[in-house]
Amino acid sequence: MNTSRPQTFYDRVAKATPGGELLGQCLQCGSCGGSCPSGPDMDHTPRALFAMIRAGLEDEVLRSNAPWYCVSCFSCTARCPQQIPITDIMYTLKQMAIQEGHYDHPHATKFSETFIGFVEQRGRSFEFGLATRYHLFHLIQHPTQMLKMGGMGFNMLRRNRLALRPKSIQNMDQLSAILNEAKAIAAKEEQV
Amino acid sequence: MTNKTYAYYPGCSLQHRSHAYEVSNNAVAKTLGFELVEVDDWNCCGATEMFSLNRIPAYSLVARNLARAEEAGSEEVIAACSLCFLNLAKTDQHMKKFAKVEHKVNQALAAGKLHYDPGSVRVRHLLEMVLTDYGLNTIKEYTKRPLYGLTLAPYYGCLLARPNSVFDNTEQPTAMDHLIEALGAKAAPFSMKTYCCGGHMTQISEATALEMIHKIVKNAADGGADAIVTVCPMCQLNLDVYQGYANQLFETEFEIPVMFFSQLIGLAMGFAPKDLGFGQEFISFSPLLEKIQEIPPAKVKPERRSKQALPMPVMPE
Amino acid sequence: MTEIREQSEKRVGVYICHCGHNIAGTVDVEHVAEWAYNLPHVVISRDNRFMCASTGQEQVEEDIKEYELTHVVVASCSPHMHEKTFRGACARAGLNPYLFEMANIREHASWVHPNDKDGATNKAKALVSAAVYRVLQHEPLTPMEVEIRPETLIVGGGIAGIQAALEIASAGYHVYMVEREPSIGGHMAQLDKTFPTLDCSACILTPKMFDVGSHPNITMMTYAEVESVDGYVGNFTVKVRKKSKHVREDQCTGCGTCWEKCPVKVIDTEYEASLGYRKAIYRPFPQAVPKYPVIDIENCTYYKTGKCKACEKFCQRNAIDFDMPDEVVEIQVGNILLATGYELFDCRRIPQYGYGRLENVYTSMEFERLVNATGPTEGKITLRDGETMPKSVAIIHCVGSRDKNHNEYCSAICCMSSLKFAHLVMEKTGAEVYQFYIDMRPIAKGYEEFYHRILEEGANFIRGRVSEITDAAHVPEEEGKLIVIAEDTLIGRQRRVPVDMVILSAALEPRHDAAEVAHLFSVGCGNTGFFTERHPKLDPVATMTEGVYIAGACQGPKDIPDTVAQGAAAAARILSVISQRRVELEPVRASIDESRCSGCRICNNMCPYGAIAYLEDLAVSRVNPALCKGCGTCVAACPSQIITGAHFTFDQLMAEIDGIMVDVHTAAPVRVGNQPIKVGEA
Repeated sequence: MNTSRPQTFYDRVAKATPGGELLGQCLQCGSCGGSCPSGPDMDHTPRALFAMIRAGLEDEVLRSNAPWYCVSCFSCTARCPQQIPITDIMYTLKQMAIQEGHYDHPHATKFSETFIGFVEQRGRSFEFGLATRYHLFHLIQHPTQMLKMGGMGFNMLRRNRLALRPKSIQNMDQLSAILNEAKAIAAKEEQV
Repeated sequence: MTNKTYAYYPGCSLQHRSHAYEVSNNAVAKTLGFELVEVDDWNCCGATEMFSLNRIPAYSLVARNLARAEEAGSEEVIAACSLCFLNLAKTDQHMKKFAKVEHKVNQALAAGKLHYDPGSVRVRHLLEMVLTDYGLNTIKEYTKRPLYGLTLAPYYGCLLARPNSVFDNTEQPTAMDHLIEALGAKAAPFSMKTYCCGGHMTQISEATALEMIHKIVKNAADGGADAIVTVCPMCQLNLDVYQGYANQLFETEFEIPVMFFSQLIGLAMGFAPKDLGFGQEFISFSPLLEKIQEIPPAKVKPERRSKQALPMPVMPE
Repeated sequence: MTEIREQSEKRVGVYICHCGHNIAGTVDVEHVAEWAYNLPHVVISRDNRFMCASTGQEQVEEDIKEYELTHVVVASCSPHMHEKTFRGACARAGLNPYLFEMANIREHASWVHPNDKDGATNKAKALVSAAVYRVLQHEPLTPMEVEIRPETLIVGGGIAGIQAALEIASAGYHVYMVEREPSIGGHMAQLDKTFPTLDCSACILTPKMFDVGSHPNITMMTYAEVESVDGYVGNFTVKVRKKSKHVREDQCTGCGTCWEKCPVKVIDTEYEASLGYRKAIYRPFPQAVPKYPVIDIENCTYYKTGKCKACEKFCQRNAIDFDMPDEVVEIQVGNILLATGYELFDCRRIPQYGYGRLENVYTSMEFERLVNATGPTEGKITLRDGETMPKSVAIIHCVGSRDKNHNEYCSAICCMSSLKFAHLVMEKTGAEVYQFYIDMRPIAKGYEEFYHRILEEGANFIRGRVSEITDAAHVPEEEGKLIVIAEDTLIGRQRRVPVDMVILSAALEPRHDAAEVAHLFSVGCGNTGFFTERHPKLDPVATMTEGVYIAGACQGPKDIPDTVAQGAAAAARILSVISQRRVELEPVRASIDESRCSGCRICNNMCPYGAIAYLEDLAVSRVNPALCKGCGTCVAACPSQIITGAHFTFDQLMAEIDGIMVDVHTAAPVRVGNQPIKVGEA
């Protein structure tokens, strides 16, 4: 066995995913693509992406919309006959797409980033802020959509289902310290 | 009865968006004789967003809660939201299974003077806890107003049963079906009981999400359901709030209200609907509440199969 | 270190095998040979490319003569593989074959440490050293010869057992056939057509069943199970429980009045695969052999309520006997063949395929019954209502196979039986057929051509493992249908195919009690649960237990041609043993030093083979050498330590441990024995 071959795209994906070495076991059976509730909207099914990863088609894989359409329902993972952690591989592909600047459709990333922004600032998610900030800044191109969502927000408020003021945890210092350290560890990992 | 206490991880949704779940959980807890005590200063589990953007911070975010529960001496923690349940359980499992994950996460936790030993806190979902620790017979004992005349679709959603459920079948679970029947209602035949509600897809690609929501609501309606029963705030939100938009897109007129399983139990226990958070929903429960009958409906004889019909499968156990 | 006498006459030859690259690719064999030359009493040490080849064996024989070797060590593969080979070489050169020892430096060194050459080489040295130290303690042993009984027991009356029984019986030897069900025939009797020739299964099977039933050399025991097996190759004693049939076969004519009159209808989970009914007194199928019915006492009204007896009332031959007891018979046989077959995967274990929930989802075996002229619909392909003919049918491959959540292996027959189903559906109903497959594997003679024929007949092939079968319609054309959801991997898109009927080609699995049966007959079960053959290529029908053979699907999934071939092969192996009339038994067995035995009898109960008897008059225990298998349990159990296991004595084991502890890092172990003579490959 030649262990000194240069690291390929496949190696990087497998290494970055807990249990990712199972990716090499893919039979190309399509259980994942058939099980995926948002599969019809993906440009490449997970199975096809895995073949593309093996073929080293890094650019095309990281430009695929598939990871962004993943709803994290684990249907594919539960049914995979080779027990590949497919959902976690989708997460890895999202991370890589962002880091390497390949994904040029900011819609999905911005939602995630807005969400995480609140969590990092306050330790809790904050729907009203999420709704307003996300819709104000990122749906500005789709006024009808915003109007609809605005109406929904109003209805949520009326039913006492939205808080106007964000809640924070008490020991924010502790959480920030943990997250900063975790980010530092993750950043070090990428350099390797 | 001695009050048993459980460490409780409510999750952000139950604070406001799904306050009805919180209210009804506490009502049921009070009746059954247990108390849900929040993990001190818990933080958000990160939903799916954190895991998809930065894995080690995501694990660390979740692990802070597990570590705080462990520090407080809790051997188990109860989550009511399926996504919180999954994130807590998955972080625990991955830290146990992958030494690298465990090492890095504990390195991060150390920055907050915390540490978590994987496996030390058992993560449980509220539905599983209530059904295992109390059981249908106990719940029946407290039933004052059986829900006769209702047909309800048990909707488990995806994350309670997957990826590797220890509690019920991953594909076709039945625990909530039995609960519905025990409370006097009828469980609707419902093939899509573990199909995903779309999660955050409403924010990413609305058409994709609405199609998923439409499929679920239609399947419940095809099964004759008066309402859908869920165990997850995300499922409740998507099916309730977006049902109208799905109707617009698919030109349908479904009006199936969506409740939490604890609201269902609470109703049967005789709580007033307003004490269970009813009224916060988009699709009103009023017609449903009026439909509950005093006496059990006459048993419908199963349709006689024709003489030449072949038997349904029986296989030796 | 063990002390070695200076003036020893012991002369050891050591042979290190390259096994091509298998060993030499990792282990430095030349170095090991050189190093071993300095082990005690070694007078010759060589390495050789293939020790098992005739040149390797001849080398050993020549050296024994030329260098007057008294002991031989070969370091190569597993003793399972070639211990016999090298013992034979020793014997041919006049050396007692038990003065030989084998070191396994392939499975235990080169194969398991492929990335650590130094480590593997050091480990090989240690193993060789252990073998040399041990062999110096070996004593000459003489195998015991026993006569071979010519009778054979065949367990299982499917096509494998039937084929073997007829071969052995026709050669003039007696066969006992034990079958669990009321009739022989096995799964093949349930089938309609057989691939790829589409000949009628019953037409080719029933004559053979009849021959078994009427052959003077075959004693058939149906509705019976083996309870215990004692003894050894050539001389097994087997107890068979014949469950009560509650029908006197000497009186019964098989006329059928009893089951016509029986009021109890039961779903037939065996022969009809739960698709049809039988009565509480029943004959599984019209061509059953024997033709007599049995009473299913779990469902019979008389056994539940004490009333009914309709069968008895109407039987003109007075053949019904409600009080008939089970019967246990003891038989003596020389060889045993296990041909216990397979069980079908329980498709309910994949709930997303809807079997048992969605009524028009069938298993492959249900479909076999559906399409069979003797089946519940007399061969008419219908939906579960028994009337409606399907207009579209999906056939799902690999259900429970090629799936680590269930069975990782390929079930070998499903591609072909699925093609056969497609043909039968299209021929009988004209329905549109969709085959969902992962890979097509039509590998045997005439199979690829059959695949082409089905393509030509117009079946649709969709390459994708089915994700789900649902009744949840999304668009109007799906209403009332079963929707098969899969990724069509050849176009990379999710497809929803609405059909009327689905057939699940279910995996073949080991029998649910295969592990218990394996234990009963002292054979192994692999990690898949099927019985383990002695060698996967060169000895596929023998097992590690002498005198016990396996054939057919109990060894692994296989189709009818392969099953028949194995049945015949096992018969040939058994006939060859019978024709030798005598067989040598390994002399590896325990013996008790009776002069020191306290008569505590602890060993008597510990012996798993019942080989130790207590002699009342002498107040000591004694081992019956013919029954002893040399397992060593009594040796370890004896509180006085006076039981010795031949070839596994205390001295031998301690010497082996001393040998493995030798420092392999020294350039050469300190030489104590005779002077060196020769090193290196000849």
